[in-house]
Amino acid sequence: MTMFPPRDRTWHPPALHMPYKSSRLRSPTHAPIQFPTTPAEEAGPTFGHGILGALDADLITNFAKPGEMALGPRLIVHGTLRDETGRGVPDALIEVWQANAGGRYRHKKEGYLAPLDPNFGGCGRMITDAEGRYRFTTIQPGAYPWPNGPNDWRPAHIHFSVFGHSFAQRLITQMYFEGDPLIPLCPIVGSIPSAEAVTALTATLDIEATKPMDSLAYRFDITLRGPNQTHFENQPEGM
Amino acid sequence: MRLKESPSQTAGPYVHIGCTPRATGLAFADHDLGSSLITGSVDGTQITITGSVIDGAGDPLLDAMVEIWQADGDGQFGKSKGFTGWGRTAGDMDTGAFTFETVKPGPVALADGRLQAPHVTFWIVARGINLGLQTRMYFADEETANASDPLLCALPDPSRAATMLGHPTGDNTYRFDIRLQGEGETVFLDI
Repeated sequence: MTMFPPRDRTWHPPALHMPYKSSRLRSPTHAPIQFPTTPAEEAGPTFGHGILGALDADLITNFAKPGEMALGPRLIVHGTLRDETGRGVPDALIEVWQANAGGRYRHKKEGYLAPLDPNFGGCGRMITDAEGRYRFTTIQPGAYPWPNGPNDWRPAHIHFSVFGHSFAQRLITQMYFEGDPLIPLCPIVGSIPSAEAVTALTATLDIEATKPMDSLAYRFDITLRGPNQTHFENQPEGM
Repeated sequence: MRLKESPSQTAGPYVHIGCTPRATGLAFADHDLGSSLITGSVDGTQITITGSVIDGAGDPLLDAMVEIWQADGDGQFGKSKGFTGWGRTAGDMDTGAFTFETVKPGPVALADGRLQAPHVTFWIVARGINLGLQTRMYFADEETANASDPLLCALPDPSRAATMLGHPTGDNTYRFDIRLQGEGETVFLDI
């Protein structure tokens, strides 16, 4: 079994970030208890490529009526899922969800006045390939206002839910878009302690990966917790 | 050089679109992943775990997503044919209550041979939770095993172990409420 060092909690957002109001009543006041990983955290659920439907990774058409497409700028989002040791994580499930081009989610509890797009559901998923790569197509999500401070807006973003091979690696995060002026104004982004960590969640325009006359491309690499470096364990001391 | 883990961000109020789409009425795939832990014939005692995630004002969260991950009845992870060991639910959209139909896990040994009491890992995300919260449910009716469980015995404040107990309510059902903050705040784990 593979041991994982503890998370660096100074890198992640703290449980309580006062400017993000929802965290005030939902943040534990006690520090989490550290304990070495056990089989429960070192093992994890697995998902076969067979769970995927043909359109799961195409948010432009996976909710659209036959022959129609979601509205909005067409995007390719791709990257590599790797662990902290830099190794690609193959065969891992990534789920994504997002607002439509107008900044509206398809959810019964969502009330923003921007309209739903009848051809956009906002849900997709994929499983990484043998090198840990993933790719999906979607439309550029819109920014939207949300009830927090008197005038808070979320920068355009895509939510990511990621599994590695160990439950210790389980992660949910959000991807932002390079150059978005709303990023530094957002209280949720602001929960991240360092600018360097925010950069890690900011996808970059990848002009090489664009599809000419079709779609822009953004690259977003994701890093999961990695094991202690044990793959050299059979080498003699000092090597 | 070691890379840094991608920083976490809240799952937000619409996590269900991506993780339990059918529970929000979104026609995506033929079932929500994790909606059944038991997928075939399985050994062991079938149990139900139910509860709520409760905020610092004492109100149940209506927008959480809860995942569980556990060993099978023999204490093995991911080895049973008819049992995935992993479940997830959006909970009831009106009451926030979660329910899992599962099997009672067997004890799991640590690498050093010490035996852990039967337990179920819980992982909770929601709006306002900046990094997924992990805890464990132990079984209140496993007093002997719990008394020597390495993790429960390592808690700096042993009185808080009670917050990690699921309580039998009859019919092989266990009640496990998760309190995010305040009196009776559940022990969360950095593991």
